[in-house]
Amino acid sequence: MSTTAVSTPSRLRLPRWAAPAGIAVLFVVAYLVFRGTATLPHDKEAPQFLAVTGLREWIDDHRNDNPIFLYFLNYIRLFVGQLYDLFEVVLYALGWPGITGVLGALGWLAGGRRLALLAVASVSAFGVLGLWEPSVDTLALVAVAVLLSLAIGIPLGVWAGLSPRARRVITPVLDVMQIMPTFAYLAPLALFFHIGAPAGAIATMIYSIPPAIRITALAVSQVSPTAVEASTSLGATRAQTLFKVYLPLARPTMALAVNQTIMMALSMVVIANLISAPGLGGDIIRGLSRAQVGIMLPAGVAVVIMAVLLDRMTMAVSKRGPHARPGRFDWAAAGVLAVAGLALIPVLPKTWPENLTVNVVSEINDAVRWAENNWYAVTTFVKDVTTEGLLNPLQTLFTSAPWWLVALAVLLLAWRVSGVRPALTALGCLLAILLLGIWHHTMQTLTTVVIAVLVTLVIGLLLGVAAARSPRYSAVQRPILDAAQTMPAFVYLLPALALFGTTRFTAIFASVIYAVPPVVRLVEDGIKGVPPTVVEAAASAGSTSGQLLWKVQLPMARRAILLAANQGIVMTLAMVVVGGLVGAGALGYDVVVGFSQRADFGMGFIAGIATVLLGVMLDRITQGADRRPSPRRRRLTS
Amino acid sequence: MKIRLLAGLLALGLGTAACGGATVGDSPSSAPAAAGSSAASAGTVKIAINPWVGYEASANVVAYLLKNELHYDVEMPEIKEQLAWEGFETGDVDVIIENWGHPDLKKQYIEEKKVAVEAGSTGNKGVIGWYIPKWMADEHPDITDYKNLNKYADMFKTSESGDKGQLLFGDPSYVSNEEALIKNLKLNFKVVVGGSEAALIKSAQQAQEQKKPLLFYFWDPHWLFSKTELVRVKLPAYTEGCDADPKKVACDYPEMDLDKIVSKKFADTGGKAYELVKNFNWTNEDQNSVSNDMTNNGMTGEEAAKKWVEANTAKWQAWIPK
Repeated sequence: MSTTAVSTPSRLRLPRWAAPAGIAVLFVVAYLVFRGTATLPHDKEAPQFLAVTGLREWIDDHRNDNPIFLYFLNYIRLFVGQLYDLFEVVLYALGWPGITGVLGALGWLAGGRRLALLAVASVSAFGVLGLWEPSVDTLALVAVAVLLSLAIGIPLGVWAGLSPRARRVITPVLDVMQIMPTFAYLAPLALFFHIGAPAGAIATMIYSIPPAIRITALAVSQVSPTAVEASTSLGATRAQTLFKVYLPLARPTMALAVNQTIMMALSMVVIANLISAPGLGGDIIRGLSRAQVGIMLPAGVAVVIMAVLLDRMTMAVSKRGPHARPGRFDWAAAGVLAVAGLALIPVLPKTWPENLTVNVVSEINDAVRWAENNWYAVTTFVKDVTTEGLLNPLQTLFTSAPWWLVALAVLLLAWRVSGVRPALTALGCLLAILLLGIWHHTMQTLTTVVIAVLVTLVIGLLLGVAAARSPRYSAVQRPILDAAQTMPAFVYLLPALALFGTTRFTAIFASVIYAVPPVVRLVEDGIKGVPPTVVEAAASAGSTSGQLLWKVQLPMARRAILLAANQGIVMTLAMVVVGGLVGAGALGYDVVVGFSQRADFGMGFIAGIATVLLGVMLDRITQGADRRPSPRRRRLTS
Repeated sequence: MKIRLLAGLLALGLGTAACGGATVGDSPSSAPAAAGSSAASAGTVKIAINPWVGYEASANVVAYLLKNELHYDVEMPEIKEQLAWEGFETGDVDVIIENWGHPDLKKQYIEEKKVAVEAGSTGNKGVIGWYIPKWMADEHPDITDYKNLNKYADMFKTSESGDKGQLLFGDPSYVSNEEALIKNLKLNFKVVVGGSEAALIKSAQQAQEQKKPLLFYFWDPHWLFSKTELVRVKLPAYTEGCDADPKKVACDYPEMDLDKIVSKKFADTGGKAYELVKNFNWTNEDQNSVSNDMTNNGMTGEEAAKKWVEANTAKWQAWIPK
């Protein structure tokens, strides 16, 4: 109806902003007229939810007598469980001397003395933090998930790399998997694989498979065709070509796949604790449910240390040339380390001696309490102003608008930014959410995401522009961004929780600091990518530096900025949902409740699906820029 | 090569799990749990940890005795109330040391699935209710009746509850009739989830010190009652069966006899550890003293348990199986 209204004034040669402004006015009028009608308030007992809860009850009752479970799903569970137990037994048998020695040796082989030192220091850090056992459990869980991801991901990746048809089938699936917030996996997994370590490992695996497939496919498809041609013309069989040509040549990039898989797995293991997987996540959840940052921080630090160590080791492997091999001296040194570690197993205690741990729980809690008390006025002011001034009005707007008006707005917005097909997909997602009966909470989550994205973009643009214009500032900022992107998402919950307690604002704050680094980077790269000749031309035509920025650099970097917005949205959504753990409410909280209250399982399950749909919708709206690359594309391009 | 290794493992996995199909009870995760244990251990006991300090106090005292008197290894995984029951089935949990009612779960896991058994009372009497700081009851004597809550709803508004009064709730996993109560008693209130016991305590203390209005979900036994004066709001009295349908609840919570639940496997093969868990029985005062030490005196669970154990030898001696 609104489209017909704008076609007439266009003939009058109004300025370009007239059409969007006209539509906006129409929407405002429509909102004012229809406000409060056709809203869909949340109903905890919606039939859709009850149906899923019923399904869960049925599965619970028949888990041990239905053939699908008896002969298929339970076997998977059992197999993964046994693999996990195997790793656990081996790691515990090695004890800390053995693990230190072996990891030190691997570190040496991967990157020499410095990495060996880093490995030894990291493993000792787990002990010093008093987190030896949960760290080993986490290591076992990550090992299982990564091993399985690679076992499945590499063959699929090779296939996708060799056959364009396979790639066309796999890519959209991977796209959805990567938009999917981690939380959404959990409910279905608990349904089919119950709770505990096996379910946790499977959840982690599903999350960490996409980069394994994607990067392997990339690595294989990048192998020089001349090498392949040479090999086949010499009469090599297909298998020979694959194993002697493709895989060795693709090896450095495939090491990246391993790297990314490990990083993804590490960021998931904590969330997997919600379905009772063992490991460091337990301490984080324990800290969250007692609002004690002191319990969470050491565990968070341990996960970050583990991430940094594994990241450096695999990156070192991938940076080596295809023919570089460790020298004889390296083998000897690594051997000495490993043997020393193994030889010490019977001598030293297996678990880290307790008198060598540093217990900082109460100190951190005191520090946090100090910050809470002393910054109370400021933090409360910021929180209340944002909540009352921005969050609540916007939430009222979204929840009191008729659903068809919201749907229409989404359709037009997506159409304008990204085109017809994405717009239809976005609309489809929104309507599916409607049918699932979880409209109200989706609108609340959307509110939080919109605000978080706006704040992220403002900060990201400022920092990105600053970095693009001052190389010196950029040099300072880059390593910080690098470090920030290595950290698992939930780490950002800690400072947010310490400063703001459990509210919706906490989740916004956490997602902003989570999403800012990639946005800054994309903006900076985008502006730097503007051809110097263009900048030169503008400057010699007498543009001031402000004009240069607004009229030349920003418009030409539009694609990069849209891409940044897209990335920011996907990351923010993932974080806002995890924010359900720290008071974000709405969909994320529904998922959390779904795990802790059996009667609400269906609601949590559907909230998970709605999150995915919301993610796809937001992605399609902002997709106009480009085909969506994986969130960690920078590692490929750098 | 990796794939060959994996195939081997797969074959191994399938081989061990007979041909009759795999049930969840076959879960391997319980078997090698003792891997990290010292040679002299009598076995491993897994006590689920639910997120409130009273529960942790009981769990820590039992764990301390299991470790130091009976030489068991104890694992204390953080698992929420209702999930812990599923843990009986998967082998992730042996003991729930403080169970608050849950008749539906008892029916499902004890009677139907037969994977859990009751192991007697903890001796603690538990009651959940809605509380306000005492100064509010002093200033508005009629506020303690639920019928008058709507009159004061405005006082309880916060930025999170919008135009309704706020009823502050704790951890999402807690036993809760709040939504149903608000609906069925037609109260102009909204449940706002603080997320944790700590959030409830902090708000209650702030409400007392800074005279801020607060209506919140809380429970006894709890050490907070000896530090902060709280008054319970009267809801329609509990009658037998008035909470049978979770959607139609319009009455207060009953006083519950808190009890222990253990997995069937642990009851059958737990030996002395099971005996100790079964015999464990103490008073609300005992629990409050341990949880007070844990929360306010900077002690870890183990230290607080040690202190209580050293001061109350006669009590725990009676729990130790002969």
